[in-house]
Amino acid sequence: MSDVAEQVTNPMGPGRTDLGPSERVFRRDETSAVLRLSEAEAAVLAGGADDPPTGDVADQRMILNMGPSHPSTHGVLRLMLEMEGEAILRSKPVIGYLHTGMEKTAENLTYLQGPTNVTRMDYAAPLFSELAFSLAVEQLLGLEVPTRATWIRMLMCELNRVSSHLLFQATNGMDLGAVSMMIYGWREREEVLRFFEKVTGLRMNHNYIRPGGVAADLPDGWQADVRRLLELIPPRLDEYDTLLTGQPIFRGRLQGVGVITPAEALALSATGPILRSTGYAWDLRRDQPYLAYDEVEFDVIVGTHGDSFDRYAIRQNEIRESLRIVEQILDLMPAGDYRVQDKKVTPPPRARIDESMEALIHHFKIFTEGFHVPQGETYAAVESPRGELGCYLVSDGGPKPYRMHIRGPSFVNLQTLPHLMEGGLIADGVAVISSVDPIMGEVDR
Amino acid sequence: MARLPLIGDVSHVMGDGLEGLEHNFVTARIENLVKWSRARSCWPATFGLACCALEMMATGAAHYDLARYGMEVFRASPRQADLMIVAGRVSQKMAPILRQIYDQMMEPKWVISMGVCASSGGMFNNYAIVQGVDQVVPVDVYAPGCPPGPETLMHAILTLHDNIQNGELTRRRTASNGGAGIQVQVPDAPTEQSVELGSR
Amino acid sequence: MTDPAAVGADTDEAAGGPTGPTAWGVPVTESFGQVVLHPPVDRWFETVAACRDDGYVMAIDLTAVDYSAHPGRTDLPEGVGAERFEVVASLLSHATGGRLRLRTQVPESNPEVASLFDLYPGTEAMEREAWDLVGVAFSGHPDHTRILMPEDWEGHPLRRDVSMGRIPVQFRDAPPAR
Repeated sequence: MSDVAEQVTNPMGPGRTDLGPSERVFRRDETSAVLRLSEAEAAVLAGGADDPPTGDVADQRMILNMGPSHPSTHGVLRLMLEMEGEAILRSKPVIGYLHTGMEKTAENLTYLQGPTNVTRMDYAAPLFSELAFSLAVEQLLGLEVPTRATWIRMLMCELNRVSSHLLFQATNGMDLGAVSMMIYGWREREEVLRFFEKVTGLRMNHNYIRPGGVAADLPDGWQADVRRLLELIPPRLDEYDTLLTGQPIFRGRLQGVGVITPAEALALSATGPILRSTGYAWDLRRDQPYLAYDEVEFDVIVGTHGDSFDRYAIRQNEIRESLRIVEQILDLMPAGDYRVQDKKVTPPPRARIDESMEALIHHFKIFTEGFHVPQGETYAAVESPRGELGCYLVSDGGPKPYRMHIRGPSFVNLQTLPHLMEGGLIADGVAVISSVDPIMGEVDR
Repeated sequence: MARLPLIGDVSHVMGDGLEGLEHNFVTARIENLVKWSRARSCWPATFGLACCALEMMATGAAHYDLARYGMEVFRASPRQADLMIVAGRVSQKMAPILRQIYDQMMEPKWVISMGVCASSGGMFNNYAIVQGVDQVVPVDVYAPGCPPGPETLMHAILTLHDNIQNGELTRRRTASNGGAGIQVQVPDAPTEQSVELGSR
Repeated sequence: MTDPAAVGADTDEAAGGPTGPTAWGVPVTESFGQVVLHPPVDRWFETVAACRDDGYVMAIDLTAVDYSAHPGRTDLPEGVGAERFEVVASLLSHATGGRLRLRTQVPESNPEVASLFDLYPGTEAMEREAWDLVGVAFSGHPDHTRILMPEDWEGHPLRRDVSMGRIPVQFRDAPPAR
């Protein structure tokens, strides 16, 4: 217990206190790495068909627009890059091309329909968004979820972490030119998605974790399926190590690229692999355990240099740690209910509707009007593959949320992008975007 | 004695000279050959926007291989692409860019609207999402699903290939002069006038 | 775990002014086990700065809420007048593992609050989003422009008096009702 306290008190690890400089992220003027230029101003600089671009023709500076339709911007991310030759001086990520109004939509959906909405935010790791939302609702309701439901949630979330990190490996490899990595990463991901389809009915956007528990119990024979995954994936991870980790070209492209100090990451509110790559050990699963993470053993993977190679290695090893957790869940999964038995919140089993009038009424009320949640506001956070994913929920006592705000980790992590790309080449810029691993669905919501 | 199916005895082919013309050549209409090759090597443009993009990539990956249809090369440049698979929800900010990419593609070009968000706005009927990508570009095949699994997307692609091959799509496009086929009713004019958005 | 707010709790209750417990000089309440501070809008920056000096190294989240359609908040402490907008910031201390939430009431007549950029540069994008979607201005923000909506969009979509923008579904070729 005492060394856990030591770790929480000093996330840099025993002995280290140096967080590095952070002055450059506080700058507001042209020396900052962030290009604070509005679209109207950029249009003036670019000039039109009739008027030539303003600015000094003699110097090599230009503002280049990358995206939003671009093979390596990981979705619809637009970057305005101020470049001197090939080197990036300042940059500005322009987002909003996938803004779906999900927070406004949430105000019109009941709490039972809420997970269908939030699951489409981070579409690579949808179960985490559902989990954050469900935890916030359960906090407001004061519900105690049965242990089996908690362990099922943990199992599914860790497998989702595996599939999300495999997606990262695939897209990271492809962005750097290792196109075969794309095929290998998706090959493993298909295996995990097949398990998800068996349990939840869908390959993606599952709507499985709902307030009160999960939608359905694990099917018979799930242990055999999980064991198959546990045997299949680790040797493939070793294949990726052979292909990528030791390879000099891969290392040359990622080591030293996109360096950030711990103080800068903290100031920019970066969480997840970006923060951990700087050497700062903060993982919500260990430091603020939710679900049953305090009952399983796992390590928190931490980097040293804060560069893109560290972020790649962290995600690679987090897959191994997640599989380690899954193996423990296999043995420790308790029996019991997969959702809370509170009739006001949980719809009754379909067979009961034919037998009992009350069951019919509860089913009707839950699915048409929705269950009422007492007034209040709360914030619940989980550790998603990209960082801290939080749900701030305000309830007015009605069946629909009054205000739901999702703290998307990618939205906040994107602020590190200009600072990571500063001074690098544009090819390094591609490597950096890939190592930040943004998912635009949760950036734009 | 060499026999070939449908043709029969071919042992005298080599020595027949000009009389053997009819069993030495295959004839077809150029149209059909063109349609056959267009369907077989339809290169998609990368237009993955949201969750459907992951399923599109999964369709291109090893398990649900798109390479067997000649479509595994997702071209980033719209000039080199024939097919735009609009995979994901199109927001108001993205709609002009969608149209710009569509206009940059060379004829003949086709559009598959993948997923319910692209086909009709999906579950997001609000201020931010264009209610159906056919408000912006002409769509040839709609693939429903949220997200459509790789099998559904492949069914949509094969439907498109069939339609390309039997000429249905080219016929329809020529009739409506390309463009989004939007009809504008001018109050003074006695009849409707069709409007072309973008050029062919 | 010791109450993280106790780090900044005022020992002399009368010094805070209004009745009830205070921390860092502002009223404090508790919401589902989470500590919530209610600084007045003119002391927003200094309260957050005081919290930062006490070890809350990371600003996890910053958002704004429009309470105009709310039946009536019951969780505000005495002495805090409810206004139309609220700006909510969440802070995190890694050393103690403590979380802090700060809610300030922003009046509709002057929806402006100080920007936290100089304390936490990570709030830059969050404040832009709050401005874009809810319409609360942040004075001293380095780049006060829209971030999610197109730059020429008018209005603030997440305000409660702005409609969803739903378009009724049209079934054009459906057979007529018989």
